[in-house]
Amino acid sequence: MEGANKAASNEVNKNSGCCACSGGSCSDAKFLNPTPMLDELEHGPWPSFIAGFKGLAERTKKPMLRGVMDQLEYSYNTKMGYWKGGLVTVDGYGAGIITRYSMIKDKFPEAEQFHTMRIQPAPGLHYNTEMLRNLCDIWEKHGSGIITLHGQTGDIMLQGIEQDKVQECFDELNQQGWDLGGAGAGMRTAVSCIGPGRCENACYDNLKLHLKALKHFVGVLHRPEWNYKLKFKFSGCPNDCTNAIMRSDMAVIGTWKDAIQVDTDEVKAWVAERGLDALVNEVINLCPTKAITMKDGEMHIETRDCVRCMHCLNAMPKALSPGKERGISLLMGGKNTLKVGVNMGSLIVPFMKMESDEDIEAFTELIEEIIDWWDDNGLDHERIGETIERVGLKDFLEGIGQEIDINHVTRPRDNPYFKAKY
Amino acid sequence: MAIVVNGTSVDTDENGYLVNLEDWNEAVADKLAEGEEITMTEAHWDLVKFLRNYYAEYQIAPAVKVLTKAMATEKGMDKKEASEFLYGLFPKGPALQACKIAGLPKPTGCV
Repeated sequence: MEGANKAASNEVNKNSGCCACSGGSCSDAKFLNPTPMLDELEHGPWPSFIAGFKGLAERTKKPMLRGVMDQLEYSYNTKMGYWKGGLVTVDGYGAGIITRYSMIKDKFPEAEQFHTMRIQPAPGLHYNTEMLRNLCDIWEKHGSGIITLHGQTGDIMLQGIEQDKVQECFDELNQQGWDLGGAGAGMRTAVSCIGPGRCENACYDNLKLHLKALKHFVGVLHRPEWNYKLKFKFSGCPNDCTNAIMRSDMAVIGTWKDAIQVDTDEVKAWVAERGLDALVNEVINLCPTKAITMKDGEMHIETRDCVRCMHCLNAMPKALSPGKERGISLLMGGKNTLKVGVNMGSLIVPFMKMESDEDIEAFTELIEEIIDWWDDNGLDHERIGETIERVGLKDFLEGIGQEIDINHVTRPRDNPYFKAKY
Repeated sequence: MAIVVNGTSVDTDENGYLVNLEDWNEAVADKLAEGEEITMTEAHWDLVKFLRNYYAEYQIAPAVKVLTKAMATEKGMDKKEASEFLYGLFPKGPALQACKIAGLPKPTGCV
């Protein structure tokens, strides 16, 4: 590594002049230093964050942006990252700012501090343009101007601010109705899909539930004090557009109990347009549990065999829609590699109605119960899925006072995660 | 960086945490608290002493969870009240500010 460092530092020193022009006048000197490695990233057919960085840097002339690009170029040469963490917060908050200090600030003083502010998104990511304009203006005033919409945590990531500007920036954002997101060993920022706001498949008002949960758990989000992080995601239907089953400890996914609603006229119209071959080959044969048959020339779905994979509903959106008795399923334990490998969520609560305020209250009470259990039984730095796996599902269900249910069995018939190409 | 207490210079790291943990004494704690804009009261000192005792025993700063539970037990509060109480004393978070004033090393982890 030393050798690589040395070689790279020669490279950087060669290039770290005010600009790359060879003698003569320097009148059209560029603000940025040459970054040949980063430039390569602009060549592919994909949009490049480097192009965005350069545009922003040339427009705003913020030295921080130049410093970060120089350090990144150096990183690409040495194949090492040079950011380290620390602790920065705002008054009353224990989390929400992700600190990034440069480990090589002597080499790149302009990149000394590049902290990230996590900002909570609105349920369903519905904003109005005024809020977004305010956010951009405030951010460009105090920070670097770089925004990631949305980061993997679901937050709006405001990337690049110095410690002594954090409080001021937060106060202004907060005045405009924005709040910091979660970080550390506590409740994290929740995510919801577009829900009934813009999607006909939504089986419950996930936007309302997201907002209620957000308000209920706001304290434990800003002041992390659990074993480890805990994430909610709210998907309106089993299409699970938020990837809740894989990427949240508590996946709240819309579902229904009764039969899929079939509009026979629309089925006929679909067949008239696409042909019977398409119905057989693209819908019936692709049903993972073979729940669909033809009866007297009409499509028939056997409800007890349906695993709500959503394939037929997605293929025939006008003809088929979710059943009438709708609610949520709660799956728990989804997470990426940690003490044990990647897990998908397992079914904990097969069905809960989610219509009235009482339903929502019952839901938050159940979650409180679960968190209390985890707080007492989980080990330090252990996700709840790992705790459940360690003590066993039976003990967990007893601990939170839930009935054992046949639906807890992982594999009654076939793969419930089936996803087809459309 | 360094702070000067009673004419003696004490080394701190770039985030203001003591470099040598044995440099700590109450005057140093007062000086560190000043930097955090905190006026030390008896409740603050109680917490600082709790942290130092915990560190002496386990060689690690307690997780906030442990701290909250200990406070809750000691003061007969529930966990929410204990959390409010801790943030009332140290607005920027007990992990960040209380550990600094108690002369403990900077807590690690993604907070």
